[in-house]
Amino acid sequence: MLTNIKMEDIWFATYETFYMTIIALIGTAIIGIILGLLLYLTSKDGIWENTILNVIVASIVNIFRAIPFIILILLLFPFTNFLIGTIRGPSAALPALIIGSAPFYARLAEIAFREVDKGVIEAAKSMGAKTSTIIFKVLIPESKPALVSGLTVTAIALIGYTAMAGVIGAGGLGDYAYFYGFQRRQFDVVLLCTVLILIIVFIFQFIGDFISNKMDKR
Amino acid sequence: MISIKGLRKVYTSDNKKLTAVDDLTLDIENGEIFGVIGYSGAGKSTFIRLLNRLEEPTAGNIIIDKQEITSLTKNELRAARKEIGMIFQHFNLLWSRTVEDNISFPLEIAGVTKEKRVKKVQELIDLVGLSGREKAYPSQLSGGQKQRVGIARALANNPKVLLCDEATSALDPETTNAILDLLVDINKKLGLTVILITHEMNVIRKICNRVAVMEKGKIVEQGNVLDLFSHPKKNVTKKFVAQLMEPGSEDGTEDIENLLNNVNHDGILLRLRFIGESTNHTLISQLAKKFPIDINILQGKITQTQTGGFGTLITQFIGNDKEISNAVEFIRNETSVEVEVIRNAN
Repeated sequence: MLTNIKMEDIWFATYETFYMTIIALIGTAIIGIILGLLLYLTSKDGIWENTILNVIVASIVNIFRAIPFIILILLLFPFTNFLIGTIRGPSAALPALIIGSAPFYARLAEIAFREVDKGVIEAAKSMGAKTSTIIFKVLIPESKPALVSGLTVTAIALIGYTAMAGVIGAGGLGDYAYFYGFQRRQFDVVLLCTVLILIIVFIFQFIGDFISNKMDKR
Repeated sequence: MISIKGLRKVYTSDNKKLTAVDDLTLDIENGEIFGVIGYSGAGKSTFIRLLNRLEEPTAGNIIIDKQEITSLTKNELRAARKEIGMIFQHFNLLWSRTVEDNISFPLEIAGVTKEKRVKKVQELIDLVGLSGREKAYPSQLSGGQKQRVGIARALANNPKVLLCDEATSALDPETTNAILDLLVDINKKLGLTVILITHEMNVIRKICNRVAVMEKGKIVEQGNVLDLFSHPKKNVTKKFVAQLMEPGSEDGTEDIENLLNNVNHDGILLRLRFIGESTNHTLISQLAKKFPIDINILQGKITQTQTGGFGTLITQFIGNDKEISNAVEFIRNETSVEVEVIRNAN
């Protein structure tokens, strides 16, 4: 048991998984919140009510959510090559990871904004608040716990995506499990990679729950 | 101070038109507490939102403090709203902010510097009686305390007008009274004009100077609280007044009939109506001393408003017919109490 393990390789793969997850998560949070805000603000009775823009954003979000992730990576190869200069390695996985998970998070963010009490927004308007003030001082702070727990769910999906990206050469634990474990028939490698990925998932879940609870003053 | 002319709000949905506020004209004076009462669906909530254009009027104009609100651009409107405070039935505080940060919020919007904000927030916390709760979150406060935060927040930018949207409807009677006292206190201290909408007659009675009764988007009756209470003309108004005067029955008539059937047939039954200062007079004891008659009080209630007390007593005068009619004449001619004979001597 565990005779085929090279620990330094495993640690490097773990680092790559963390790297991909965290950077992609930051990108997903930014793009997802922007798209979520657009969906929320342009919806019916929203502050920027605009049916056309709403339909466009909603379509983009729905289309990218519908494309299976492994196919999305292949589709994005030219774009990735243009942007990063290569299609191999953890950095090359980032565009696909972000584009794959941002639409998902956008929907979660939209739901979080909808949960904000309409009365509070009305109160801010009655004080003479600008839309930017309403976004940054009311909508986002008041929906923070839901935004964070949505981000936790997204992070866990992202960890799964990094493993899939690994199979086509992105690096990380998925890559290591596939090439060194599966292809070389070293089952102990696959097992160890699984355990490490589970630990990473639990870490993200724990941190996410902790922050979300801490922020919730309701 | 506030002048509203021909104000109208029509909602259109699925080709159906609903007129929430219908050709409403109203003048509100500087420094008064003006109440608008009506049942739910009367349009009063829409009306108060039209005043600061949280709802856009379909027609008509609104002038607040010489500024025509209805013709302002978006930017001008934002500036004008800083001069119009508003409090809400469900308080509408930001749960993610502490008491002091909630009160500070409108000051941040107005671009007040940090130092000035801290100072002003402390003043307001003292004014509304929340000292010691500065760091609490809304979820840790009672309903009454939440509304105090709402009031402090509404006053932060020194508004000239305070709009109260059913501000006490979510509170228990005791807390309601405390919040109403606070509103009167603020009205006197800061000379603020207060407009409130409510479905509770008690709120009107306790703090308003003038009142308008709304029904189906229109103001059906308006005037001084005492006048309106003592001589309600429209049915809605009568219902509201009865609610206050004869608790237990919706319009009060049932009680009177009951009374007539159960009281013995001696003497006459009179309804004495006390308005304003007349409530201070010692009418009953004067009558008892001046005329050799017996007076039996059957039912009654005297209540206080901002401009004096008012109420009715249903009494039975027993004795010599002539002495009774002398007593009634005395009340009619010598006092400001109104007399109505409910049942004559048999």
